[in-house]
Amino acid sequence: MKKDLLGIAELSREEIYSILDTAEAMREIGQRPIKKVPTLRGKTIVNLFYEPSTRTRTSFEIAEKRLSADTLNIAVATSSVVKGETLADTAMNIEAMAPDMIVLRHGSSGACHLLARICRSRIINAGDGMHEHPTQALLDAFTIRQHKQRVEGVKVAIIGDLLHSRVLRSNVLLLTKLGADVWLSGPPTLVPPGIERLGVRVSSSVDEAVADADVIMMLRIQQERMQGAFFPSLREYFHVFGMTAERVKRARPDVIIMHPGPLNRGVEIASDVADGPFSVILEQVANGVAVRMAVLYLLAGGAEVD
Amino acid sequence: MVDPANGRDGAFDVLIEEGRVARVGKDLPADAGTTVVDLAHGFVICPGLIDMHVHLREPGQEHKETVASGTAAAVAGGFTAVACMPNTSPVNDNAGVTRFILQKAAEANLARVYPIGAVSRGQLGEQLADIAELRQAGCVAVTDDGRPVATALLMRRALEYTRMFDMPVIEHCEEQTLKGDGVAHEGFHASTLGLRGIPNEAESIMALRDISLAELTGGVVHVAHLSARQSLDAVRYGKARGVRVTCEVTPHHFVLTDEMLGAPVPYDTNTKMNPPLRETADRDAILQGLADGAVDAIATDHAPHHYDEKHVEFDRAPFGITGLETAVSLCFDRLVHRGLISLTRLIELLSVNPARILRVPGGSLEAGAPADITILAPDLAVTVSAARMRSKSKNTPFDGWRLRGGVAATIVGGRTVYVNAEYQTLAL
Repeated sequence: MKKDLLGIAELSREEIYSILDTAEAMREIGQRPIKKVPTLRGKTIVNLFYEPSTRTRTSFEIAEKRLSADTLNIAVATSSVVKGETLADTAMNIEAMAPDMIVLRHGSSGACHLLARICRSRIINAGDGMHEHPTQALLDAFTIRQHKQRVEGVKVAIIGDLLHSRVLRSNVLLLTKLGADVWLSGPPTLVPPGIERLGVRVSSSVDEAVADADVIMMLRIQQERMQGAFFPSLREYFHVFGMTAERVKRARPDVIIMHPGPLNRGVEIASDVADGPFSVILEQVANGVAVRMAVLYLLAGGAEVD
Repeated sequence: MVDPANGRDGAFDVLIEEGRVARVGKDLPADAGTTVVDLAHGFVICPGLIDMHVHLREPGQEHKETVASGTAAAVAGGFTAVACMPNTSPVNDNAGVTRFILQKAAEANLARVYPIGAVSRGQLGEQLADIAELRQAGCVAVTDDGRPVATALLMRRALEYTRMFDMPVIEHCEEQTLKGDGVAHEGFHASTLGLRGIPNEAESIMALRDISLAELTGGVVHVAHLSARQSLDAVRYGKARGVRVTCEVTPHHFVLTDEMLGAPVPYDTNTKMNPPLRETADRDAILQGLADGAVDAIATDHAPHHYDEKHVEFDRAPFGITGLETAVSLCFDRLVHRGLISLTRLIELLSVNPARILRVPGGSLEAGAPADITILAPDLAVTVSAARMRSKSKNTPFDGWRLRGGVAATIVGGRTVYVNAEYQTLAL
């Protein structure tokens, strides 16, 4: 693999499959009574988080610990950055202590690219602004493959706030690279201009997008990234775009329902769908650890897993 | 010599006396005591280039640029005059600041500096600045550049008021609610990179507003750094109706597109400027406008920023790049050598028309005119080097570019203020 994992954009189809295959082996480690291998012993990994995150940070940390890396979490309140040192200076200071990898979550698109240019340490993108969240897309693909045995030819409907979503961008890049049939649906105010050039279909009709879908992937309404009126009200949003049991019926009978979390129950997804028989939302979380272990392992050079 | 204003295109002699052009003709006799400079075949003498849109940053932001460093960059780029924008700190909205800038320009004694005053006091978009006083102190135009004139009513008043001086109102066309917190051209590349977009219409809506108001008032409006094809259509529409409207484009908008946001260096903050790099259709429309006459001038929007300010996340970086020292090479390489425009047309865009639009001397080598002369080297092989630039700031996306065409020397008021290191033997 390359030095860094900045996005799905930089990965080839083969690299994606290699990560997914490695993740299968990593998943097995998580099922052992002693969930730890010495693979990354002596490696230092810094989790540098400029945005609040529970799931992703915890997932990376567990993955790192299962591989025996020494890990360190730095949570930076965005407000103090405004007065304080620049991202470049923070990175240089961390770099001076010679970590092997830096896992970065940042509110600015491209922040990981900036770090990758400055640092010798390997940079792993844990979400940069509205740009990419590659490990999320990898764990989503892993989950899809688990249930559908393949990604190629699978119809995936992604629904919600497409504009502000890094999960959307990473998933579109990954799923189209692997040959899935990708449909997007959301309010026209929340569709990134030109996105169909990536080889996806865009429809403002949820019903059309989910018709005969194998996978329904819901995206969170990101109220924190929205300035201005993108839609009239959460109530109307749920009415037009919310995933209800009724809508799920239009999909294939073995459809799986995914969501990257955190959920806004009753906004983008009804509780009976989120908690219902088609939901694989918690499996996604579980798979996140295995996929991140795979990424860390492969970036570290792919030494023997014992 | 290429001197479009006087219909000259060929081998001519120029006699310079006391800072002015004394005579132009074939085989002029040289008195004893006259220094004769023989220019080899391949050089081009033209009326001094005028960059009608630069930010010299002084007063207030001297860590980015000063009048001295900015005019040093100007003459190295072949410009004998620059017009500087009022968004300094304090804003150039009163005669005191104007005189300060002119004083600094006199001390630097390189390129001529034409200050441009603010339309509104503090550029706040509320009250008109003391425009008559600004003009008396030496301002040649007014603008609230950096932002548009805030309201249609204020723009109307500015266009009406400046009519009594026949003074242009230069407009940074941008509908600010549509621009929002955008940082890049709204389109495929911003979408995939997760950057907030600025649509073309943020510019064209404001261009149409201002062209309509110029028609209403009979005032003179000049559209700065035009970037969107729809804005160029608006200018064409205005001109067809006889509205007194002109426009300028920057080299970066006719050379680069928003593809640069992602490659070769993803999120390079030197590809962040306002207006943003647009898409190919816009770039092509601008090239067409340069060729067919719809575009009146090329200006650089030279916007120096310190390395520290640009060495940050893309959305936190300030807008703007330097331009004075790359403009001529980009024009030669991308416009003239590719056959899109003639050398004569280039001189119109860089000298004749800026002088005409700003109502300042220059743009002509007629007898009696100030001896502001640029000597161009159309075939000079140039490798752009940010580190070697005279500007205090090095924020250029063109670092390392190899281009054909450059500047041999720059003469202001008969005095040689710049000679390219390649041509020290010219003995000017």
